[in-house]
Amino acid sequence: MSLMLKGVAKSVGGASHIYPTDLEVGSGLTVLLGHTLAGKTTLMRIIAGLDTPSSGRVYHNDRDVTDLPLRRRKVAMVYQQFINYPSFTVYDNIASPLKLAKLDKAEADRRVRETAELLRIDNYLQRLPSELSGGQQQRVAIARALVKEADLLLFDEPLVNLDYKLREELRQEMTRIFSERKAIAIYATTEPGEALLLGGTTVVMDRGRVLQSGPSLEVYRRPVNVRTAEVFSDPRINTASAAIADGRVQLGATAFSLPAGMAPLAAGEYIVALRAGHLRLERRDPEDVCLAARVELSEVSGSETFIHVRHGNVRWIVHQPGVHSYRSDDEVKVFFSPDQLFAFDSNGELRHTPFAAAA
Amino acid sequence: MQESGFKKRYILLGLYLLAVMLPLYWLLNMSFKTNQEILSGLTFFPQTFTLDNYRLIFTDAAWYSGYINSIIYVVMNTAISLAVALPAAYAFSRYRFLGDRHLFFWLLSNRMAPPAVFLLPFVQLYSSVGLFDTHLAVALAHCLFNVPLAVWILEGFMSGVPKEIDETAYLDGYTWPRFFTTIFMPLIKTGIGVTAFFCFMFSWIELLLARTLTTVEAKPIAAIMTRTVSASGIDWGVLAAAGVLTIIPGALVIWFVRKHIAKGFALGRL
Repeated sequence: MSLMLKGVAKSVGGASHIYPTDLEVGSGLTVLLGHTLAGKTTLMRIIAGLDTPSSGRVYHNDRDVTDLPLRRRKVAMVYQQFINYPSFTVYDNIASPLKLAKLDKAEADRRVRETAELLRIDNYLQRLPSELSGGQQQRVAIARALVKEADLLLFDEPLVNLDYKLREELRQEMTRIFSERKAIAIYATTEPGEALLLGGTTVVMDRGRVLQSGPSLEVYRRPVNVRTAEVFSDPRINTASAAIADGRVQLGATAFSLPAGMAPLAAGEYIVALRAGHLRLERRDPEDVCLAARVELSEVSGSETFIHVRHGNVRWIVHQPGVHSYRSDDEVKVFFSPDQLFAFDSNGELRHTPFAAAA
Repeated sequence: MQESGFKKRYILLGLYLLAVMLPLYWLLNMSFKTNQEILSGLTFFPQTFTLDNYRLIFTDAAWYSGYINSIIYVVMNTAISLAVALPAAYAFSRYRFLGDRHLFFWLLSNRMAPPAVFLLPFVQLYSSVGLFDTHLAVALAHCLFNVPLAVWILEGFMSGVPKEIDETAYLDGYTWPRFFTTIFMPLIKTGIGVTAFFCFMFSWIELLLARTLTTVEAKPIAAIMTRTVSASGIDWGVLAAAGVLTIIPGALVIWFVRKHIAKGFALGRL
């Protein structure tokens, strides 16, 4: 099973939404990761056949499906909004694709009940979608997508409109559901955490371009460029320009010795990057680099604190577990281990990652 | 202070209601009186209560056929308007095509010309194709202003349905006609009801086209009412009874859509 895009591009009224893109997706779960307006939805709509690309072809199992009418495609899609047929009961909603496929009645009934059970909505089969909670409505939509056993399952940010608890719960179930299915599943999200949790493959998109694709953890550890690292990091990865010369790194007003991993790098200007979670407010290791910084803003989110600090021209975010309170203009000392630094050249291409090459 | 303002509002409202209801009451009052009483002086209640006026209308074919004719062409018109406007409104709400906005506005501008403008062409056209003095002639002529209105109202209601529902249905394997009748129409049933009401209403109260395009076979009630003058003068009582009976269908229809009527006046865009 495979899905292949060849030179697919989409422009609307002169504005490019998708630049020419080649992409190959195999069976299993693929996460489409990107900020809003990255072109995730546009790309998905082209894959589904809801929109036609301005140029390029889409191949499904080596067959050109670019101009195939929607009804003849084996595609199911779940939207960000909870889309069900409001006048049908939950049972009829889930059964509708099977009814249209003229499936044997007993077999259809078995599959509807099985899928409903999988998504834990088997107690609500006789209700109307409007009588269910948001999470349950989305479960119905997912059940309808799964029940017809399409080769291609598209999920366009399906959990965005759910509250935090429900999202966690459904996300875990999605992992379980996907692991048991032999289909190409594409899952669009803006959250890096979701990409890592769901595993599989990640395709990072930004402003209409595919930046990188590969196994999720691999992309996370070795982002090909700064932009990929920024998209695949929440909060945004901290970056700063730094100069490397004579075995030392000059970062703003602070200098420290070049970590062993970065030794092969030639002298010159680089962009160093560090995830917010790798910045600390206390020293853990004698090797740690210390930056004297000033707090610009501190925000508490749940049981985590994000402290925006400034060190000369460098503006970084420190991600601290637990609730801390800092006032603006407080002086703080920020520590990090130089071994956790990424380094990109002045064009933004990856030159060094703190992770050893994949085995 | 607040209480007196409260009272003032009620007094104003009461005066307004009186002004609105008085002619209606007078019509009802007259319909139960004899001609003699109507012409003899001012009475607030029928002194000699009579149902003769109504009896005449329900027994004289010249009278009741007017109601039957009116109802036939109004129902025909409502059906035709809905049948034409449903797919058209769907196209306007779902597809972008060259000049769609202009075409949509042009539809509404059809309502800006007085129907009398089209009188002559209609008479000429229908006479030459043998449609003159038929129910269909009036029903078709009324489409002139009812179809644009129906398209506008339905488009408003349809645009309130997310287009992802359509897409999901097509991906599920629905054909357009099946999707439209089994999924989409139940979703906008309020809109269809309101649209039907407006078509019914405008066709029911239109007099000029209906009267001119018919002579005998399809003569509407409103036309018959204008011809109650006989040798013995105007038959006031019967005329009033006919007026009351003419108001009833509209009142009945409005009862069914009373909760959604405001949305209809806003062309479905609330």
